[in-house]
Amino acid sequence: MNFTLLINEGPYQHQASDTAYQFAKAALEKGHEIYRVFFYNDGVNNATRLAIPPQDDRNITENWAALAKEHELDMVVCIAAAQRRGMLDADEAGRQGKDADNIHPAFRISGLGQLVEGGIQADRLLTFGD
Amino acid sequence: MSEGIKKFMFMNTKAPYGTVYALESLEVVLISAAFDQDVSLAFCDDGVFQITDNQKTDGSGMKNFSAAYKALGDYDINKIYVEKESLEERGLTMDNLMKLTYEDEDDDWAEKTSMYLVTRAELADLIDEQDVTISS
Repeated sequence: MNFTLLINEGPYQHQASDTAYQFAKAALEKGHEIYRVFFYNDGVNNATRLAIPPQDDRNITENWAALAKEHELDMVVCIAAAQRRGMLDADEAGRQGKDADNIHPAFRISGLGQLVEGGIQADRLLTFGD
Repeated sequence: MSEGIKKFMFMNTKAPYGTVYALESLEVVLISAAFDQDVSLAFCDDGVFQITDNQKTDGSGMKNFSAAYKALGDYDINKIYVEKESLEERGLTMDNLMKLTYEDEDDDWAEKTSMYLVTRAELADLIDEQDVTISS
């Protein structure tokens, strides 16, 4: 089966992103496909490359990045939700005249159309959030 | 199922202010209109407050985005389900809600209501018919 995952909560405060990650990992191991992982609402904060969790805890962003690298996952951060929350990649920081960027290169910024298209193309769209 | 039109339902369960879910859900709804899918909205639990009439956010500093719901008809989004029990539990009736309408191109652009009052059981059946349900 082909899944699109929608992640609506940020890292650590909520378990939603962890649960989505565990689901994605298990589904891929079983031979299913992930069409897209879309990060929305506070979920965009999962894409920060600047988080420094304690060494004995999981690093959610790096977990996603490693899984994406292994399986060539398409991980998309909603641009409107990201901009509200100060999440920028280098291109966007340049365009907006900001002096820093914080989005991990494993993620790409795009529009909400990518979520709707993910719902159309996948067999199932699963939401992880509250 | 990767071809053809899918049935999308956006479930709105949270109050319009206090969290950003209602506003950001509406942003997805408006984008979805560009994809020629079969889109509907449902309002239940505190989500019914999202479409109450005469919203005023003066003093709270929140952006009043309620007028955007009235534009849904212009985006060909004209199936808006309101859960009866959720209204009753909150002391509301349909009279407390905005009048959301659309112009029917198959009926000389007559203005018609987009809103349907449904019971919890009927809403469950509607959810069951969907291909994609996005809830917040």
